[in-house]
Amino acid sequence: MLRKLREDKSFQGTILISPTLLFMIGLLIVPLLLTLVISFGSRAPDGTVIYGFSFHNYVRLFGIRTECAGGESICFDPIYAKILSRSLSLAFNTTVLAILMAYPLAYFIARAPLKKRNTFLFLILVPMWTNFVIRVYAWMMLLRTQGVINGALGWLAGLVGFHFTPLEMLYTQGAVLVGMVYEFLPFMILPLYTSLEKIDLSWYEASADLGASPFRTFLRMTLPLSMPGVVSGTILVFIPVMGTFIVSDLLGGRQIVLIGNLIQNQFLIARDPTFGSAASIILMTMTLIVTYFYTRKFGFSEEIVVV
Amino acid sequence: MSEFSVELRDVVKKFPTPEGGEVFAVNHVTMQIKNGEFFSMLGPSGCGKTTSLRTIAGFEWPTSGEIYIEGEPMGHRPPYLRPVNTVFQSYALFPHMSVAENVAFGLEMEKTPKQEIKRRVGEALEMVKLTGMERRNPTQLSGGQRQRVALARSLVKRPKVLLLDEPLGALDLKLRKEMQLELKALQQEVGITFVYVTHDQEEALTMSDRIAVMDGGVVLQVGKPVEIYERPNCRFVADFIGETNFLDGEVRAIDGDRVTVYIPRLKDELVGTKASPVRIGEQVVVSLRPEKTRIIENKAKMGNCFSGKVLNIAYIGSDTRVFVDLGGVSLKVWEQNKISTLDPEAYYERGEQVWVVVMPENALVLHLG
Ligand SMILES: Nc1ncnc2c1ncn2[C@@H]1O[C@H](COP(=O)(O)OP(=O)(O)OP(=O)(O)O)[C@@H](O)[C@H]1O
Ligand SMILES: [Mg+2]
Repeated sequence: MLRKLREDKSFQGTILISPTLLFMIGLLIVPLLLTLVISFGSRAPDGTVIYGFSFHNYVRLFGIRTECAGGESICFDPIYAKILSRSLSLAFNTTVLAILMAYPLAYFIARAPLKKRNTFLFLILVPMWTNFVIRVYAWMMLLRTQGVINGALGWLAGLVGFHFTPLEMLYTQGAVLVGMVYEFLPFMILPLYTSLEKIDLSWYEASADLGASPFRTFLRMTLPLSMPGVVSGTILVFIPVMGTFIVSDLLGGRQIVLIGNLIQNQFLIARDPTFGSAASIILMTMTLIVTYFYTRKFGFSEEIVVV
Repeated sequence: MSEFSVELRDVVKKFPTPEGGEVFAVNHVTMQIKNGEFFSMLGPSGCGKTTSLRTIAGFEWPTSGEIYIEGEPMGHRPPYLRPVNTVFQSYALFPHMSVAENVAFGLEMEKTPKQEIKRRVGEALEMVKLTGMERRNPTQLSGGQRQRVALARSLVKRPKVLLLDEPLGALDLKLRKEMQLELKALQQEVGITFVYVTHDQEEALTMSDRIAVMDGGVVLQVGKPVEIYERPNCRFVADFIGETNFLDGEVRAIDGDRVTVYIPRLKDELVGTKASPVRIGEQVVVSLRPEKTRIIENKAKMGNCFSGKVLNIAYIGSDTRVFVDLGGVSLKVWEQNKISTLDPEAYYERGEQVWVVVMPENALVLHLG
């Protein structure tokens, strides 16, 4: 046994990863399989699960109902489809906005003098020291009808003598979008920074030397060479935005329900774990599909070898 | 069209130092580089060669002074609008492009038609003997091959001037020697002005039409290789190019080109040739190339004959290197072994009493500094 440990490289590997492996199997694979099984069951009146094999939760998720207001035997209710598409488009918008905001910032940091870079990166991480929920609450303070922003605008309007009706900013799509971008921006900045920082200055110089204007250098050097950062950043932002429910809960209220909120509701309020599980499985499948096609198109964030 | 490809007029480049001071990387440099010339900038590390080259390319702007390319003042014109191309010391090949894409890049920037790009890229790769490697990534090439890609990438644009910053620096000695000859042949073939930076004096002597020797941001001497070696104009140049012996002394008399110098260490006078302007009474240094100094066994009836003792001998095949003690000064003398013999009498021995003679034209009287 000891001899084998000393000499067999793959055995050493197995031993080294086994704690992680056990952890993953116990806390990820097993619960996932359980979720899948539960999603095929149905809810007992007391909120427990009656195991079975039926697709009715999925049928319901896709909006096909058997009890209809008009008395028909079958009808289409788009409520869940709307939640799904809202989640997708919000995740998409958040990712795009995050890229647009993070890119110039990451570029700026990557080109700053070495000493200052660490300070800037540190500043980007500072908000992370505060609890996630508290940071979202801070946005509520800002966006409320009697919040900081409206207060400031009202004061300004008062100075010029205008009548000011406070803006309704909280509990809108916009509020949720702002909150999401705010929460997940660092996850876009850091991988972008890493890949931009790796671009050798001499490549920019060679490009200019060969006749490329700064704009064309950006298109032909900076952009392609930073694609690995864009890809990892997108994955790091898109996936959590798809699943999170706190931001939409606090900044979106009852109006902006995302799939994350739906799942949370089913488990904690409606007490229907079977429907919640089905929604979880759908969320996972959608995320996987999007990530799969995305990485197929742009490549997984493979390292670029430096010449 | 101007007679000169590149002209630097009183160019100064200062950099701030972290300590709050300033360094003169390039200090009042004036140089004229002729059309079609292979021009080298030679000097020790940190003497301002790269900085000079970068101001020509447009990566740096002079603090003062002006750079002319083809007679046109460059001012603050950015690199992409200058008719020069650079071969970088690190090659700076684009990692996300194949060899062919790297070479095509500069032509795409000029909006050259696709068909022509294809043809010229093929020609350029043929010129540097890389045909068949078009689709490789730069990482899949050897150092010498990368160097050729960098060269092809610049040459394909047919620039007026090609700037090369120690392009052979990363290669091993054998490949370096090969590439030196190839580069020189290539330059003659394409007829483009080459401005070549190196700290290797042998490389500069082998390849260049003219050399500028630099130190501390200043150009000390510009001349053909033979001028730089045979008539250095100051102590630094004589010391940096090849090997030499220095004897300190004081000017006693000047007669045309002939200068009589009193050498205190020898307690004797030496007649030499004026290589830089000197005055009577001035403290000077006399440079004696080891291969131009002779050893004889008996005192000769001529001037510049000094007695000494053989300190050490190194037989290296083609030469015998003899170190002679001349009244406390160790003098290097390279004796060519012109006769094939095993007779120990034919070679000097340690401790032997000898005489050293120098022809006045081989003793160069130079400024200090
Ligand atoms: N960007 C810069 N900032 C500050 N000082 C610089 C900068 N670039 C060069 N220098 C200084 O200017 C001087 C000349 O540098 P340069 O790179 O031109 O030398 P070089 O002759 O090319 O040397 P080497 O043979 O080592 O490449 C050096 O003292 C260097 O420290
Ligand atoms: Mg240099």
